[in-house]
Amino acid sequence: MKVEQLSIFLENKPGTLEHATRILKDAGINIRTLSLADTSDFGILRLIVNDVEAAKAILKQNGFTVSRTTVVAVEVPDRPGGLHSIMEVIAKQNINVDYLYAFVEKSGENAVIIFRFSDPDAAIDVLQKNNFTVISGEKLYSF
Amino acid sequence: MIYNEDFETLPREVLETLQVRRLQQVLQRAYHTVGFYKKTFDKAGIRPDDIKSLADIGRVPFTTKQDIVDNYPFGLFAVPMSNIVRLHASSGMKGRATVVGYTKRDIETWSELMTRCFVAAGLTKNDIILNAFSYGLFTGGLGVHYGAEKLGASVIPTSGGNTKRQLMILQDFGPTAICCTPSYALTLAAQGREMGVDLKALKLRVGIFGGEPWSDKIRQAIEDAFGIKALDLYGMTEVMGPGVSIECIEGRKGMHVFEDHFIVEMVHPETGAILPPGEQGELVFTTLTKEAFPLIRYRTRDLSRFIIEPCRCGRSHIRIDRIKGRSDDAISIRGVNVFPAQIESVLTGIKELEPKYRLIVDRAGTMDTLEIQVEVNEKIFSDSGEVRVLQNIERRIAKDMKDYLGISAKIKLVEPNSLPLAEGKTAQVLDKRQI
Repeated sequence: MKVEQLSIFLENKPGTLEHATRILKDAGINIRTLSLADTSDFGILRLIVNDVEAAKAILKQNGFTVSRTTVVAVEVPDRPGGLHSIMEVIAKQNINVDYLYAFVEKSGENAVIIFRFSDPDAAIDVLQKNNFTVISGEKLYSF
Repeated sequence: MIYNEDFETLPREVLETLQVRRLQQVLQRAYHTVGFYKKTFDKAGIRPDDIKSLADIGRVPFTTKQDIVDNYPFGLFAVPMSNIVRLHASSGMKGRATVVGYTKRDIETWSELMTRCFVAAGLTKNDIILNAFSYGLFTGGLGVHYGAEKLGASVIPTSGGNTKRQLMILQDFGPTAICCTPSYALTLAAQGREMGVDLKALKLRVGIFGGEPWSDKIRQAIEDAFGIKALDLYGMTEVMGPGVSIECIEGRKGMHVFEDHFIVEMVHPETGAILPPGEQGELVFTTLTKEAFPLIRYRTRDLSRFIIEPCRCGRSHIRIDRIKGRSDDAISIRGVNVFPAQIESVLTGIKELEPKYRLIVDRAGTMDTLEIQVEVNEKIFSDSGEVRVLQNIERRIAKDMKDYLGISAKIKLVEPNSLPLAEGKTAQVLDKRQI
């Protein structure tokens, strides 16, 4: 039930992000969702794409440092308290969230939240036990 | 003014006779008490007795930084540790450190030479000297301190850093002289202006600056800022520390080398051939009186030239021009000499790194800055691709640089293959300073 995310190291200077997105565009890779973490001198671009292997290969070919990270995608109704209901069960299990980002599904009814947990397996387990919808990679890539 | 008029104004021929006699003595001592010198002399086929005049010195083998490194820590000491009263060291790791020792008499000699420097700068026992050279293993702090005390002046041992407090002391204690690196003097000036201190109203008359390369432009800036006379002080840990040479206040052009205690030569940086007077070359020092750590024909890698014209101050001792640079790849940052190889050895000590790196030396305002750019690679990144992990690596590199080399560096992770390929050993250093 896990999702593969690509993390790309980017130097903090004009043009690096454009370079990365151009490579993905030229290779016909579609970005499902993304987030950019930044520090004073570098950033990490996190991507969920339709074709993880192809995207990783083409980025590496072009000299980027890319790693795969396992994240968890959870679907919640897009209304007040949606995220909180997840956090409640996660906190009870003493699982740490390294980071998260989210997008709203095309239907507009649900939000998908991408989590990087300290322990993804434990998180999936407890989420499913509490009847949350954990979205598989395959489903997410082809949304 | 001259502190030791008998020795500092000796006629050249008398001075040279004294030098030959002391040279013969130090060669004997080095040969018979330091295994390294016996080995190199034997290999060169010379005996201390063979050196009969100053001209013969060219037959004596050079000593290099590498020789000191190879004999780390105490291999070049000429006396047992029981006779050593002080140790100093330059920064370094993995055998790069230079450790030097001093006997009681060495400390006395050093103090006298530093006193000579103060008197050459026009200072007396009535002066108050603020010493902002850092105290510790670095020779600057204690070397200057002992000389100032011997002079009978009042010393304020502020050591380096804590600039706001230094400015408060400059205003409240009324020092008449200051000793520090030239870049720190500019830092004090900048901070003082920011705090609204009237720097020209301070009682400072004279500044004695050393520990890093500087220029007449910087001298002018310091003199204008504080309304003082700024003098150049030169020395190095291996040779003794500060006090090997100084500009006199009368001449303010070139630094007198105290030739009754040192023989200074100018050699071609590549061939080692002794150069005609006045030509630029590499300074080579032989200590004549040091007991614990005699040094024979030491290649300093510092570039300068002799000023042969007699000086108006009356000293007969030769002058060397401002240090023009180095004949090796050492970078002088805030008074500390750092070799790229040292930095590399710290980087390779961190297992995630395959160090492809570049050093950017610059001057931010008045302080030298060092940025170490390190390429990120799969190995670092694959574990997690996390900001936290990368920032930890940056912090760890910075801490290791501080712990092992004593330098503060900004670490910047850059994209793989983004650094220029190293062509030759200095290609990975970019020095942007306009000195």
